[in-house]
Amino acid sequence: MTTAALICIVIGVIFNALGAIGILRFPDVYTRLHAETKMTTFGTIFVSLGVILYAAGMLTGTGDAQYLTLGIHTAIAVIALAFTNATGSHAIARAAHRSGVKPDPAVVDRLSEVKRRD
Amino acid sequence: MNDIFYAAILALLLLILVAGIRLVIGPTVPDRVVALDTINTLMVGSMILLAAYLGQTIFVDVAIVYALLSFLGTLAISKYIGGEL
Repeated sequence: MTTAALICIVIGVIFNALGAIGILRFPDVYTRLHAETKMTTFGTIFVSLGVILYAAGMLTGTGDAQYLTLGIHTAIAVIALAFTNATGSHAIARAAHRSGVKPDPAVVDRLSEVKRRD
Repeated sequence: MNDIFYAAILALLLLILVAGIRLVIGPTVPDRVVALDTINTLMVGSMILLAAYLGQTIFVDVAIVYALLSFLGTLAISKYIGGEL
């Protein structure tokens, strides 16, 4: 159980690193948002999964009720994070398009075409 | 296992600094909001790891409240720069 927790935490930190590198290297705000929101959400889910596995292992090892609370509250936190991150990134992308930031290397921009028509 | 939690917390704090570079140099306002959103998510992850590292379960409750309030902050900034507020 501890080895599985270790593997999950390492995967989570690697994906968080990919998200943080992605917002430095991508060319415009939409690709940065695309890299950041998927990678850091996935990475934080895996880090929390590692903590849940660690709490489960310690609960079966010691029988302390503190680890049960740790696991359940971590699950609640990661559910709240997974629901709010996707909605927040949609709100940022919509606000960026409304404030006039165009996708830089874009081929087509259908949303601007729809707005221009009416 | 405690050393692994400590190393993971240090790695996440380093990534927060990397995202802080984009927060400083970001050419437009939505770039800075994206960097802030990254920092919020990484901070929630490091708070959960810190709770497991220190053995303090109450820190996870702080992480839950931080996740929900950072969502509200992101939403308020987005509505403001989108001109809908």
